[in-house]
Amino acid sequence: MEPVTRPLASLGRATIGSIAGFGYAGMLLAESFWFALVGWRRGQPVRIASIAAEMRRIGVDALPIVGMLSLTIGIMLGIQFVAALKEFGAQSQVVLAVAKSVTREFGALITAILVAGRSGSALAARIGSMTVSQEVDALNVIGIEPVRYLVAPALIAMLVMLPALTIFADTLAILGAALYSAPALNVTPLAYIMNTMALLEPGDIWQGVAKSVVFAILITLIGCSTGFGVTGGAEGVGRATTRAVVLSICYIIVADMIFSFFLNR
Amino acid sequence: MADAEALIDVRGLEAWYGKRRILADVDFRVEPGEIRVIMGGSGSGKSTLLRHVLGLHRPSAGTIRVLGVDIAHADAAQMLDIRRKIGVSFQGGALLTSLSVGDNVALPLRELTTLDENTIRIMSRIKLEVVNLGGFQDLMPSQLSGGMVKRAALARAIVMDPKLLFFDEPSAGLDPVVSAELDELILRLRDALRMTIVVVTHELESAFKIADTITVLDQGRVLMTGTVDEVRNADNERIQDLLNRRPREVVVDVDAYMKRLTEEDA
Repeated sequence: MEPVTRPLASLGRATIGSIAGFGYAGMLLAESFWFALVGWRRGQPVRIASIAAEMRRIGVDALPIVGMLSLTIGIMLGIQFVAALKEFGAQSQVVLAVAKSVTREFGALITAILVAGRSGSALAARIGSMTVSQEVDALNVIGIEPVRYLVAPALIAMLVMLPALTIFADTLAILGAALYSAPALNVTPLAYIMNTMALLEPGDIWQGVAKSVVFAILITLIGCSTGFGVTGGAEGVGRATTRAVVLSICYIIVADMIFSFFLNR
Repeated sequence: MADAEALIDVRGLEAWYGKRRILADVDFRVEPGEIRVIMGGSGSGKSTLLRHVLGLHRPSAGTIRVLGVDIAHADAAQMLDIRRKIGVSFQGGALLTSLSVGDNVALPLRELTTLDENTIRIMSRIKLEVVNLGGFQDLMPSQLSGGMVKRAALARAIVMDPKLLFFDEPSAGLDPVVSAELDELILRLRDALRMTIVVVTHELESAFKIADTITVLDQGRVLMTGTVDEVRNADNERIQDLLNRRPREVVVDVDAYMKRLTEEDA
């Protein structure tokens, strides 16, 4: 019997574990919003100063790397679309292809993956090492709810900064594409950008921004819940950090696919 | 009524980690104004008892009343009220590494009161002076020595002038001189600030020096609670083993031994 029951038991344990994980993340989300809305009335205010500090860490500090990579990806898309569409003699469609793919897809995706690597891992590492060194317990016994002190500011900051970074990435990617494609298409970069503006619809931008809001929630919740779940000292913190990044990126890509499916039917 | 006066009243507490029972039928009472030492070897369940009293774990069975409130059934507002009135100094200090020493000590005041920044700064510096860390407020926790970390953690624990102070392993990892200084500090705090203090330790010397009463835990059970002299003169074999640093004699249950060796899931 054992060869049959053993895998079944471990499958059962894994299933229960992941359901518990979802439940825990859901609770973190609900509690964060609760503390943000009514915490100040219950003596558990979410401080503006800590939200601002998180916004700087998550958003402002990420500007150079997000800017550089989106510019590069814009140039890369320019190269690919010019080459691919030339075969059909449809170079004039390059502007449209770049504009739609960047705003709907690449801007949000690249930004989210970068922020997951920078800030999702940092959240997991910070909360993980605080859990290991009993700092989370200390917050608890002082009377500071760890969720309102550690999770809520990060979540609010992420919800503001990830969409903002996405729009920033959209802009720079289109600029990058213009730098390469405009000469290839025999137009000025300014004309290329004007053409892009004319072709883009608000819905395209919204699609990317809406995705980035979902990605923001995913990155924060996965980072924080893996951090709180750390056991086993410094090695555990390392494992949690890796796990947070890998899980975040997986969920981001799957969520992106689901979103794209429903928004483009 | 004596019952109403106890600051901590634990009855029939049981605690499990998975299949292992850590605490069995623990009764534990602390009266106002005393220094109670919870003593026991490693794995005796003393840290687990502390974590339950602090409300960090839910009891599997039994009740825990702290300052008159049953903490397993207290709502958020009641818990917050209790936590304003207790201070805890953790074994490793548990100072927030991202904040300076001064900010760590000021943290409870900043987060739980509406005092202005000047008052908060003065109050937290007074507490740093109390623990002999005056002038160290701008250092980061990583720049402190082990003894200084414990003293800074103590300053944070007493910054709200708690009625009840918990101290987990004050002398662990410290040299004898520094740990003797900490013992003095604990005695001074009780006399100067009239706190009730619960100290968890396995250091005999320190326990006998500071304790009014001692609770001895062994393998999750309370062996005895009594004054220093009562514990010294106890005829319980396990207590004498602890006092005289004798290794315990492990009696092997043959059946259980064979089961542990042979069963896959044991």
